[in-house]
Amino acid sequence: MTTATRESRLASNKPRFAVCEGNEAAAIGVGLARPDVVAVYPITPQSSLVEHLSQMIADGRLQADLMNVEGEHAVMSGLQGVALAGGRTFTATCGPGLAFMFEPYVRTPGLRLPMVASLVTRDLLSPQCVWGGQQDAMVVRDAGWIQMYCETVQEILDTTIMAYKIAEHRDVMLPVNVCHDGNYLSFGVTRVELPDQQDVDEWLGPPATNWHIALDPLRPMGVDPLTGGAGGAGPRNFVRYRKGQCRGMQNALRVIAEVHATWGERFGRAHAPLVEEYRLDGAEYALVTIGSMTGAAKDAVDLARDRGEAAGLIKIKTFRPFPLRAMAEALAKVKRVGVVDRSVSFGWNCGPVYQETLGALYHAGKAIPAVSFIGGLAGADITVEHFARAIALTREAKAGAAADEPVWLNEND
Amino acid sequence: MQRQSRDHFDASTIPDDLAPIATVLSGMLPGDWRSLRPLIDRLKCVKCGLCWLYCPVQCVVEKPRWFEFDLAVCKGCGICAQECPHRAIAMVEEAGR
Repeated sequence: MTTATRESRLASNKPRFAVCEGNEAAAIGVGLARPDVVAVYPITPQSSLVEHLSQMIADGRLQADLMNVEGEHAVMSGLQGVALAGGRTFTATCGPGLAFMFEPYVRTPGLRLPMVASLVTRDLLSPQCVWGGQQDAMVVRDAGWIQMYCETVQEILDTTIMAYKIAEHRDVMLPVNVCHDGNYLSFGVTRVELPDQQDVDEWLGPPATNWHIALDPLRPMGVDPLTGGAGGAGPRNFVRYRKGQCRGMQNALRVIAEVHATWGERFGRAHAPLVEEYRLDGAEYALVTIGSMTGAAKDAVDLARDRGEAAGLIKIKTFRPFPLRAMAEALAKVKRVGVVDRSVSFGWNCGPVYQETLGALYHAGKAIPAVSFIGGLAGADITVEHFARAIALTREAKAGAAADEPVWLNEND
Repeated sequence: MQRQSRDHFDASTIPDDLAPIATVLSGMLPGDWRSLRPLIDRLKCVKCGLCWLYCPVQCVVEKPRWFEFDLAVCKGCGICAQECPHRAIAMVEEAGR
């Protein structure tokens, strides 16, 4: 924080802290980013996020249009129109709502529309459940959206604002999902620090959503004409756009790091942009975690260190684009790894983060023992004791023993 | 809402691999992919105008004593033949095009 901002804050009577749940922190972040149109259809455990936003708009605290729609498919379709007309947008969904949104959802990154949407992650049906898990977000990991997973309520607030700057960066121009764990973060209440509206306005800048593709009579263009096929210019046109999309994703790795750095300078809170290395110095083995489970995992690592064990932790914040280099660098420091997933990759009989960690290990030139842990499905708690077991099993993991079967952490709960 | 229009729009300022847009009109018309063509029997046509009313691409053209089709636009869907109360329209296969 600069001296000037600190002084101007001291001079004001505005509250600088709030005690709120994760969904409200997301709503506060959205409000500070001043979207033009918000369209959200409620679904557990995201619903209170919509309620907070509706209240902010009703009270006049957020000058935005709230679009009442009949479902998530209409949410995303309507917001595409808003973005193409130059507006900044927001929505939030999860689980079955995301499934209903899927058709326009996968189209958004191809149109390069820089939207921001919260995924209040939830396990997928069936068996019937309404609780947290990361299966919904993992199912869409290759839909073309940027995915950032938050660890704390404060990180939700900060990341929601940062997401607009990342999405609208000219080298990126891709939609961003800010993922936070349903139940654990959505309803977890903590104290958060609130950035000043004026600071956010200055840092974020005005919306830039349709300079490249627009519904605008003064810039007549056909939006999303037919490409592809096997003849004429179709194949090369399609490949050109796909390659551009891939490049935008790769550029995002740099932009996400830059945006987190300038956020830290301006607002005094630094979050690891891609991968956080926790107590890797002298670590022989590490857990890989993602999302809110990381808090309990760090406690378990601290306890192991207190016992003189060489445990460490690698937390993934940005999962799409996959931070290959940062992961390879972190993994290069350890001799065994245990990856904890809150979702399942059915075809591989392991967790998706585990699967991708193996890919990163190949790039690091390492074939080390690795274990897949699956826990926290459908709202189950991954406690410090669960992580202690994961740490013990990772410590004992032997070469060549790498996982025919995952370890199901809540199997006997 | 902020509009970011420019008076003189130059599409070449946008990277050509960014977003799928077109600024040149395609010359393609529905007639380019037609496989059946409507053929009208002028003796049967009573000029009731139902084909004109039903045609989804509005390719039915009014002549002094009957209706004709603009074959550049007609996509060959056959709705006119289906709806004609006097069975004055037959759909025949396109060949040799």
